[in-house]
Amino acid sequence: MSDLQNSPSTAGQVTDEAPVAATAAANAPSAAATTGRTLLPQSTLLRHLVLLLLGAVAAVVILEITDPFTNSQLATLSFYAIAAGGLTVLTGMNGQISLGHGALMAVGAYTTALLLQEPDGALPLPLILLISVVMATVVGALVGVAAARLHGPYLAGATLALAVGLPGLAIYFHDFLGGEQGLRVRAPRAPESFESFIGLVSGANATSTKWLAYVGAICLLITYFLLANLVRSRIGRTWRAIRDQDVAAELAGINLGAWRVLAFVVSAAAAGLAGSVLALVVRLAAPSGFTLVLSLSLLTAIVIGGLGSLLGALLGSALLVFLPPWVTDRGIDFGLNNTEAAQLAPFVYGVVLIVAMIFAPGGFVGTVRLRWMTQKAKRAAAARAAAGSSGG
Amino acid sequence: MQQFVNVTLTGLTQGLIYAAFALALVLIWRSTRIVNFAQGSMAAATTFIALALIQAGYSYWLALVVSLASGFVLGAIIERVIIRPVEGGNELNAVIVALGLFVALQALIAIIFGSSFQSFPAPFGLEGFQIGGNRVAFTPNSLYIFGAVVVTMLLLVALFRFTRVGLAMRASAFSQEVSRLLGVKVGGMLTLGWGLAAVVGSLSGLLIAGGGFVYPAYMDSLIVFGFVAAIIGGLDSPIGAIVGGLILGLALSYISGYAPRGSALVTISALVILMVVLLVRPGGLFSSTTARRA
Repeated sequence: MSDLQNSPSTAGQVTDEAPVAATAAANAPSAAATTGRTLLPQSTLLRHLVLLLLGAVAAVVILEITDPFTNSQLATLSFYAIAAGGLTVLTGMNGQISLGHGALMAVGAYTTALLLQEPDGALPLPLILLISVVMATVVGALVGVAAARLHGPYLAGATLALAVGLPGLAIYFHDFLGGEQGLRVRAPRAPESFESFIGLVSGANATSTKWLAYVGAICLLITYFLLANLVRSRIGRTWRAIRDQDVAAELAGINLGAWRVLAFVVSAAAAGLAGSVLALVVRLAAPSGFTLVLSLSLLTAIVIGGLGSLLGALLGSALLVFLPPWVTDRGIDFGLNNTEAAQLAPFVYGVVLIVAMIFAPGGFVGTVRLRWMTQKAKRAAAARAAAGSSGG
Repeated sequence: MQQFVNVTLTGLTQGLIYAAFALALVLIWRSTRIVNFAQGSMAAATTFIALALIQAGYSYWLALVVSLASGFVLGAIIERVIIRPVEGGNELNAVIVALGLFVALQALIAIIFGSSFQSFPAPFGLEGFQIGGNRVAFTPNSLYIFGAVVVTMLLLVALFRFTRVGLAMRASAFSQEVSRLLGVKVGGMLTLGWGLAAVVGSLSGLLIAGGGFVYPAYMDSLIVFGFVAAIIGGLDSPIGAIVGGLILGLALSYISGYAPRGSALVTISALVILMVVLLVRPGGLFSSTTARRA
């Protein structure tokens, strides 16, 4: 933990150093582990289970007190956050950048769309989600094998080509994947148990929008629970070792390539699930939904939130969902027309990315955490000084 | 036979444009070790400036000069203001800053110039030359593209080989500390390098726009092609970038010309070519030095 304070100043002295400053957030153990005086249990699994439960309660409360429009916004938030969670594990934990997660989401979305072509005879929804994850995982493994040998700008360029190139396949396999128009997705109906559950909780109408928002929330909670456990496990520590000192890690007997591929695969699985939820929520899988801008928005989310932090990925995704309408409204207030105002959001993303990288590479979570720990260190030093002077 | 000739000629012309764009990437990579993912957006911005001038009634040539000049200014300003703080830092930060610039510029273009498709004039005819009774896919405009790219490359070679500034630029790309000790103003050389690269990038943007349509994202695929071309050439070698551009142009042209519905396969083939090159020869076909460890 003590290496955190000096990391921002030393980062970048050696050119090929891992992104130390940018991932300061990832290095810090969760708050519960450091303070020692907390209500959460010490065991990682128990602590995450408690958080999962709290998250589930919070999700139900939030989804029930908000209106249908906000419900659909929250469903959007859930798929952004799932994909961003996977990406932050890859980029923040293992130091591999990917601009191709939009394409991996497309794999998940198209799989879901194909499996839901006949909604009556379709497979049960959890199975469809699972198959989408598996498909994206397979593609992710293929890309990951290539990606494991690349780093920095090479990896960025290769995944950029993936993001630009893969949606083109949907146009090539026109008859099967629907070309430019894409595939319409007929979302499955909510089961009766869901209707009775909603009736029990709030007595509101169990609409299909609400059902999909719940599906998104459940997927989000499960994904984050699994990722959080993974990051705190031996696997997560190995990833961080590779990110920070790959030569030392290799000397310690870590097979760099295999672990990098594993990180890519985990991250691709999250992207596949996100794509699957996206297909259900948007009810369409089309090439226009998986542009380069989608991949770059995910990157924006994790950088602003704080690389390597799941909380940061969630906050960043919230920004992706709630910022564009607000910015667009401001644009219209300033006399832009609708199409111009719609471009304000990407403009703001870009500017925020640049500003964040130059002035606060730790992102929101990283910067707050660093502040907090500096404060704590100062207070501790002051306390020691006071004790020393009174004693002497 | 005739189709083969036409496909080859188209490939060579396209390849030259990719080569110019790859050259812009290589120039920046050599001096600052940054892949400028914003190059496409920067080129799109200057192309739209040219288009605005042409639509206002000025000649193509004036628009060309203004566009290249604004490219130089834009590149220099971006290096000084945005890239300088992340230069020499860890590579992920620089990549993210370049991507932020890419998104922001593209959105800014859409806000200022609109996001609709607009046709961009070509300075020369778009009808193929007549050779032995057959019309080939080599137009006066292709000839212009050919000439423009070759002249630009010769000028760059002359600059780097025969001038003091060129020598200083090569020195600061080779070793910043030693150059500083010898009195080279390395900061100024980096700014100049970015400016020059932006001029070359702007030129490729204008050339690819000629006779076609432009919209804010029209350079997106060119970033990919330029990057692939630069990687084929090793990212470090200007000659490699040119050869890489020509190889890629020919390969993509053959795929689009001969594979059934090949035009939809062009970007994905670029991805495949990139992957093969990176896996087989990660240093590119022209790298003389061994690749450094991660």
